[in-house]
Amino acid sequence: MKIWKQAWLASLPVMVGYIFVGIAFGLLLYSEGYSWIWAMASSIIVYAGSMQFVLVSFLSSGASLLTVAITTLTVNSRHLFYGISFIERFKKMGIWKPYMIYSLSDETYSLLCLAQSRGEDNPKHYLLVSVFNQLSWIIGSILGALIGTYIPFNSTGIDFAMTALFVVIFIEQVYQSPSKLPGIIGLASGIICLIILGPNRFILPALIIAVTILMGFKKKIEVTA
Amino acid sequence: MTTTYAILAIFVSGGVTLLIRAFPFLLFGRNRELSPSISYLGNILPFAAMGILIVYCLRNVAWLQAPHGLPEILAIILVALLHIWRRNNLISIGLGTVFYMILVQQIF
Repeated sequence: MKIWKQAWLASLPVMVGYIFVGIAFGLLLYSEGYSWIWAMASSIIVYAGSMQFVLVSFLSSGASLLTVAITTLTVNSRHLFYGISFIERFKKMGIWKPYMIYSLSDETYSLLCLAQSRGEDNPKHYLLVSVFNQLSWIIGSILGALIGTYIPFNSTGIDFAMTALFVVIFIEQVYQSPSKLPGIIGLASGIICLIILGPNRFILPALIIAVTILMGFKKKIEVTA
Repeated sequence: MTTTYAILAIFVSGGVTLLIRAFPFLLFGRNRELSPSISYLGNILPFAAMGILIVYCLRNVAWLQAPHGLPEILAIILVALLHIWRRNNLISIGLGTVFYMILVQQIF
């Protein structure tokens, strides 16, 4: 039971964020005329937060399937690199490996990185974190479609929970990292690409530039490690 | 839009997302030994990716218009200070988010 409690506590910040952002998603989808079944289907089949929001606008406007595919590729491109950190780890996951790959969202990736940097070695911890996260996202989106309209408080700004999570993990990584360079390179290439390319297209170039620079600094970073 | 279209769109988006996430495993998964470059990247990339994701969260902030991203900056400073002080994820994220909600709802 200890492993369940640990995984639950580790997932809690993401679960709270997922429930509320999920409610916002369910609400939005419902406002376009799609019931909770659609919210649930989207959260199971797509399971990629920001893309699911974009998909709502596609469903109402009827964008071509090619546009859906290319936009998904662009919005989720950052996930191309996430699995690299877990190639060895997921080999120990047995029949759950496909699920671990499928459910590797931004926040799950962050928590699994955190677990890995803290030396967590129990595969069950990784699986439970992934499952807890996705369940809370599915439940949130269903709740949003069902009862979101009646939530008696102003939830403006609740999405900051995601930003706060990334800041916390960034600080944790500064403590753990052998070198401060990778974090600075990430922030800098993100900011520069955002300024040049704007909010909708910067993330893939920023990742490619960061990877390129990191490869260039390989010797220097490995020496400090 | 038709139900068929909506179902197809959801499956196309889900399929592409799955392929993206599976990409590194399809490319490198079968090799027993990872090349040193790839394992180096796998270890070091999360540190850079988190920086990019923070920027991603702030991508729609209007820095040139009032309040010039002040709620975001103040809340991030609070989260950072709380976290350096207590190093407790829930406290840092919970209080930081409540503080941000008060800022954007009541003050700015």
